[in-house]
Amino acid sequence: MTTTDYDPNVVLSTENDFKVVGTRPVRHDGVDKVTGRAIYGADYDASGLLHGKILRSPHAHAKIISIDTSKAEALDGVHAVVTAADFPEAADKIMELGEDETKLRDLRGNILARDKVLYVGHAIAGIAATNAHVAEEALSLIEVEFEVLPSVMTTDEAMADGAPILHEDQTTEELGDDSGVVSNVAKHFQHIKGDIAEGFKQADVIVEREYNTVTVHQGYIAPHNGTAFWSADGRLHIWCETQGSFVVRDSLADLLDMPVSMIRVTPTEIGGGFGGKIPIYVEPVAALLSKKTGTPVKIVMTRKETFEGSGPTPGSKIKIKVGATKEGKITAAHAWMAMEAGAYAGSPVGAAAQCVFAAYDLENGLIDGFDVVVNKPKTAAYRAPGSPNAAFGFEQALNELAEKLGMDPIDLRLKNVATEGTRRVDGPVFQRIGAKEVLESMREHAHYLSEKQEGSGRGVAIGFWFNIGFDSACNIALNKDGTVNLTEGSTDVGGSRTSIAMQAAEVLGISAEDVRPSVVDTDTIGFTAVTGGSRTTFATGWAAYEAAQDVKKQCITRAASIWDVDPDHLQMEDGIISSKTDSELKMTIKELAAQLSDTGGGITGRASVKPRGVGGSFCGNIVDLSIDQETGKITIDRFTAIQDAGKALHPSYVEGQMQGGSVQGIGWELNEEYFMSDEGKMNNTSLLDYRMPTALDLPMIDTVIVEVANPGHPFGVRGIGEANIVPPTPAIANAVYDSCGSRITQLPMSPGSILEALKS
Amino acid sequence: MTTKTHVQTTINGEPVDFLCEPRQSLLECLRDVIGLTGTKEGCGDGNCGACTVNIDGRIVTSCLVLGVEAQGASIETIEGVADGTNLHPIQLAFLEGAALQCGICTPGFIIATKALLEKNPDPTEHEIRFWLANNLCRCTGYDKIVRAVQDAAKRMQEA
Repeated sequence: MTTTDYDPNVVLSTENDFKVVGTRPVRHDGVDKVTGRAIYGADYDASGLLHGKILRSPHAHAKIISIDTSKAEALDGVHAVVTAADFPEAADKIMELGEDETKLRDLRGNILARDKVLYVGHAIAGIAATNAHVAEEALSLIEVEFEVLPSVMTTDEAMADGAPILHEDQTTEELGDDSGVVSNVAKHFQHIKGDIAEGFKQADVIVEREYNTVTVHQGYIAPHNGTAFWSADGRLHIWCETQGSFVVRDSLADLLDMPVSMIRVTPTEIGGGFGGKIPIYVEPVAALLSKKTGTPVKIVMTRKETFEGSGPTPGSKIKIKVGATKEGKITAAHAWMAMEAGAYAGSPVGAAAQCVFAAYDLENGLIDGFDVVVNKPKTAAYRAPGSPNAAFGFEQALNELAEKLGMDPIDLRLKNVATEGTRRVDGPVFQRIGAKEVLESMREHAHYLSEKQEGSGRGVAIGFWFNIGFDSACNIALNKDGTVNLTEGSTDVGGSRTSIAMQAAEVLGISAEDVRPSVVDTDTIGFTAVTGGSRTTFATGWAAYEAAQDVKKQCITRAASIWDVDPDHLQMEDGIISSKTDSELKMTIKELAAQLSDTGGGITGRASVKPRGVGGSFCGNIVDLSIDQETGKITIDRFTAIQDAGKALHPSYVEGQMQGGSVQGIGWELNEEYFMSDEGKMNNTSLLDYRMPTALDLPMIDTVIVEVANPGHPFGVRGIGEANIVPPTPAIANAVYDSCGSRITQLPMSPGSILEALKS
Repeated sequence: MTTKTHVQTTINGEPVDFLCEPRQSLLECLRDVIGLTGTKEGCGDGNCGACTVNIDGRIVTSCLVLGVEAQGASIETIEGVADGTNLHPIQLAFLEGAALQCGICTPGFIIATKALLEKNPDPTEHEIRFWLANNLCRCTGYDKIVRAVQDAAKRMQEA
């Protein structure tokens, strides 16, 4: 282990009266994953499997004049070709996708382009062949005639007067009403609290600045994939890597105009997602190909396709104006945010608006949000979608404000911090939250109290994600040896089987190892929403808690019938059923389980929940960095992440989320970028040129888990997957300023841009 | 159809023969021809390390090796790391140290780590980070992976 003069991973616990919750058992799926046995989507095989490939647009914006697939179909080894014409025509409708919604027509258009291609990489046709090489050869035989149109690549270009229009039938929704104006701006909304004009009048100091970020990708290591089998009985079975098997099922049902009961989705193990594996891409194409061929068809994207043909997170333009009194009380703040939705409406600007000011108690605030379509891939969720873009602006502006006021940046934040009862600018009133505790923990941390290394810069920032609840289901069956089988429907992206199982174990008074959790398919469990919005440990964990309570209740009832006593006189604690009145009556859950069959049959607990008590999470960073004066390269020397987990179910995996989110934020800040050509083509579609952080680029990521229990969860869980990606971008920018005196307002902070800044 | 070549190799200590087309990578042969899917594909161009295998004592990204090049080679994949039902100390260290989240990069990291610790039983943090720089992990931020490698080194020295 690395030796340090402080504990690099601290849990600040407020509640320790648990046997299982808060411990660190080995994850149940771990052995399969360290031995190569776990089956991911690309590993799935089936008898008679065909391999599919997808033809993609070389143009950023073009009309499709004609598609001729005849030569491709004639190639030896090709079994079927499909285009948008193979989709049934269904009426348009709004579809709930878990974390966001989309129009059915847009989803269908994104899966296979119909009249127009809207970005380089837009899918046009699918081919199924005996192997992937033949399918790829056949792609080049499809003849598509295009009429190339001018394209728009940024919100500035897309919002300009006379800009080329992506959707002739898209009119701007202006403050809730259809403006009737055809435009690339799908929506302009506002949140208003108080009166910012009045607030700015009271300000002694005002900071106003514009910030820009570019498109970045989630960068999951496993590309999108899916296998479809359309059986002769009309039933469709899909095996794929998804964050939400029910989203896949329901999306396919709408796209293919068939009942959900005819579709079964089996989620395989998933090689990363971070939000990007909520939408579907290849699954419907594989389904159409399987329908034509009657055999299973598997499609696996290449890395290039994953960059060009899946959903990254948007580039954005953010304008911040914030004012405060000389005592440091913020009097008004305005955030103007335009985000690239990609080819179809639906950027995360709405979520950004919920986050941008969330950490602060503002009397006067105004948020303007613009959802803008551009000729890039349709964006998808990426870990706290929209919030890092917003924080890159506001959290830098706050440090600038602190400097002007001569205040410590953490003190300024604490002076304005949101607490229980604070009404956010976008409306909701906070229940108990941990923003203050996170900031206090930052101020007291050994890192913040330490002397900076000579020549290095230090920055701080905090970030917020609101988290979501949504539907989850869980079944628990008691085995005759006293262990339980737990089935649930949340894809396990990073240890959630275990954090869910632990909640059942806590209720039943058994060990985490005595719970055997399985993630099962859509025919086998009740509706469960996506693994997203940091909801899984919170909501599916709650379902496990309820299902375990059901088991517990039945155990007590059964014991009562065995002993012929009133169940109200019995209790079950630590896995032992006992009488409150008769100390002779005592039985372990194992002893009871052994006699289930003889005493009335098995015990199965079940629950379907939609918990409302969602608790948002705050995360703060302290960053030290140094800048190579000759090359402009930034080295992160020390990094501390501090997050309110509510209750850390499994602290190791909470730390893992914090460390992983931090490093994605570091990559976003320093290296990552879609380099777009003038023609709208991404020039860096390999993982060499789209450079994500490697082990060598980083220090250890120290963590502090703050536990301010969420009153809306039985164990106080908040959900910790996302807030941790929010503070790195502004914290690093603030550290760069501390180091060299330049405010960098454009991401990424590549060596070139740092050199420019050093020169000026 | 393209003529296939007969390739004779040793995989995880066992003789393995397979037929492959000239254009098929070793990764494709391992996964699709031989059925060893523990080796993963993340990029197909040698930049993510998910397909790392050990060939004759050197770690390589198997997507950049042709199947036909494996003629006569001795190959170690993730399936050969554990000794039957006894996990290798590196596997135990990854498991107990929570050094994996989605797990797709884990086989590559374990193969790379094994080669490192066989060559350098007591690496510094920097040496670990340098050695593993060709293996991308997007979930963990590498902290727990580096600690797991340090832990594995200790377990192997104590063994």
